[in-house]
Amino acid sequence: MKAVVDAAALLAAEPGEEVEGINLLIPADYDIIWSLVAAAIIAFGFYKLVLPKFTAILDERTEKIEGGLARAENAQAEAAEALAAYQRQLTEARAEAARIREEARAEGGVIVAELRQKASDDAARILENAQRQIEAERQQASVALRAEVGSLATELASRIVGESLADSARQSRVIDRFLDDLEASTAAGATAPAAGRQEG
Amino acid sequence: MPASRVPLHPRPGECALSTVATNHLLAASGEDGGFHPPSIAEFFPAPFLFEGTPFEMNRIILVRLLVTAVLVLVFVLAARRAKLVPGRGQNVAEMLLDFVRVNIAQETLGHNARRFVPMLTTIFFAVLAMNLTGVVPFLNIASTSLIGMPLVLAAWVYVMYLGVGIKKFGVGGYLKNNLFPPGLPPFLYVLVTPIEALQVFVFRPATLALRLTANMIAGHLILVLCFGATHFFLFQASGAMKAFSAMSLVAGVAFTLFEILVAALQAYIFALLAAVYLNMAVEEEH
Repeated sequence: MKAVVDAAALLAAEPGEEVEGINLLIPADYDIIWSLVAAAIIAFGFYKLVLPKFTAILDERTEKIEGGLARAENAQAEAAEALAAYQRQLTEARAEAARIREEARAEGGVIVAELRQKASDDAARILENAQRQIEAERQQASVALRAEVGSLATELASRIVGESLADSARQSRVIDRFLDDLEASTAAGATAPAAGRQEG
Repeated sequence: MPASRVPLHPRPGECALSTVATNHLLAASGEDGGFHPPSIAEFFPAPFLFEGTPFEMNRIILVRLLVTAVLVLVFVLAARRAKLVPGRGQNVAEMLLDFVRVNIAQETLGHNARRFVPMLTTIFFAVLAMNLTGVVPFLNIASTSLIGMPLVLAAWVYVMYLGVGIKKFGVGGYLKNNLFPPGLPPFLYVLVTPIEALQVFVFRPATLALRLTANMIAGHLILVLCFGATHFFLFQASGAMKAFSAMSLVAGVAFTLFEILVAALQAYIFALLAAVYLNMAVEEEH
């Protein structure tokens, strides 16, 4: 091959001579050698320096992304669990609250009923006392009145008997006088009712 | 060896530094003032280091080594600074690497992809970077336009797919898998088997290398032609002919953009075909 190239070079060396076209397809030895060198350098660079680094980075990135996804899934599961627990607690709390409210309502009803009962008892008792007192006072009044009416009747009768009852004018005058006396005694009795009552 | 080994480069010192494609024509036109169409001599610049040894270096080799260093440096720096949460630069690097890993390797090789990802990544970026030097100002030559680089990469793919195929199925199993596709009537194997054998052992690596080299050579010649014509029309043509320089300049710019597309496309095709060939070798059924 070198011989061919050298021959071509010699041919080309003549001024005005062209290089043979076939030389474009037959590599010179220096061409092959420097091609090998260039290919070896590029191959070394990519095989040993460039691709391992980029592969490692790609793998690491994939791992990071997968790890991140797994973590996110975990976090989501945890969140869902927490939410469920929270809702369970909430439901429980609501039920508890409803129960407490129900109990309170029942208790309140009992208390109200008790109070009402007590109040009506008190009212009945107070009413009874009042009636008893009124009855006592009425009896006392009636006793006093009976005694007084008796004495009045006696007095009136004695006065009527004492006076002449033939004359109706006199009769009415007697009655008027009696009533006036009664009024006067009543007025005196009003100023000192206790004395009046003692009299009765 | 005479300094004017390649006629377009009268002085070797200048050859190492003369970079823009049009410079070749400028140098050439300085001699006789005519228009020189680009020739394949473009791809054999004069050596400037280790001349006459197998380590001879010329401009294209220098460009190749330069872009190799830049490519490795950029990606190693990106890897050094790579963090779990990517920055802007790291995003771009990861996007490019993912393109090879997912769109080329995984979509073609499926579950077998993982162990071939470094190889396909190396091939894709090596081809892409060396193709792109064809449109980088002051480099202006695709370092894959010398057949050596495509050939080395194609040979790597070739050895690799034969190796993994034979390792998996044994020599007999691999040949049976690849040369005797199942489900054909027996007499057809007389036709099919030689074709398949040529495919597997010759055409696949040869077409991988040739497709790339030919594309890059053609692209470079078109660019040189456009910019050379621009230079010629602008400085040497007379009168109204100067107007043609605008046209050829626009064409040159358009072809430069087109070359960027071709550079990426050829890198993609090279890596994709490598993945397809590997898949054919390791797949159970065809």
